[in-house]
Amino acid sequence: MKNRIVYFFLVIFLIFVFVIFYRGLSNSNLYTPNTDIKSIPEFTSETFFKKKTLNSKDIFNNNKFYLLNIWASWCVPCRNEHSLLINLGKSEKIEIIGLNYKDNFNNAEKFINELGNPYSTILIDRDGTKAIEWGAFGIPETFLIYENKIIKRYIGPLNSKLVDEIKNYIK
Amino acid sequence: MKFLNFFLVILIIFTFNILKADEIKIQNKITKNLRCLICQGQSVYDSDSEFAISLKLVVKNKIEEGFTEDQIYKFLTKKYGEWILYDPQFNKNTYFLWFLPLLIFLFGGAIILKKLIKIKK
Repeated sequence: MKNRIVYFFLVIFLIFVFVIFYRGLSNSNLYTPNTDIKSIPEFTSETFFKKKTLNSKDIFNNNKFYLLNIWASWCVPCRNEHSLLINLGKSEKIEIIGLNYKDNFNNAEKFINELGNPYSTILIDRDGTKAIEWGAFGIPETFLIYENKIIKRYIGPLNSKLVDEIKNYIK
Repeated sequence: MKFLNFFLVILIIFTFNILKADEIKIQNKITKNLRCLICQGQSVYDSDSEFAISLKLVVKNKIEEGFTEDQIYKFLTKKYGEWILYDPQFNKNTYFLWFLPLLIFLFGGAIILKKLIKIKK
């Protein structure tokens, strides 16, 4: 009798473990952090072309939508999303700010000359510390900002569906 | 006098070295407790990915700015969520995690006690 109870509980336990692990199989192992960053972080950075030092407060201060895009010339997905950014940059309602991540100046300049410049300002992040202020961990990454608040965050390259979503926001 | 000056300079250099060594020690301790988010199963300390290199630099800068270990953890959990810490904090999501070993220990103790009582009888 006692043996049967032990056997019964063992089976229940194994089923329990099996269900948990089986459900775990379908979980995505891509981690997206649930950050508390709602407002834009404060930082100072040098601009790409004029080498002027800018504070984050002076960049996002208009009553306008801003798109912060973290990019680098060595990043292949950035190349793919670039045409979408150029398209989006044509709109008057949104201003696209670039954050050049850990890049070589000459390569980045070549990238911009080759593919066009959708950015109104490009900031430089030579050592990757400013991207960490934004809670970014891979590039490309894009933040939609309105009134100093981050409305939406896109990890990975943008696609036409996401661009439509952004266009809906800025309508 | 000259000798004294020389001695003083040497002394100062050595004290700075000790300070620096302490900083590196705490930096390593912190980065070992941080998960490299884009690597698989590596700490920031172990990893040489772009993200980990930058994060090491951030930790170093924060230490130089006078942040304590806890303040750095708090800063990073705010940016990246608690997942970045290898040592999970004690809160309502982790009660079970923290108490489970204790429960198992008590359960095992109870079994042993029961057996002992049986043997005595």
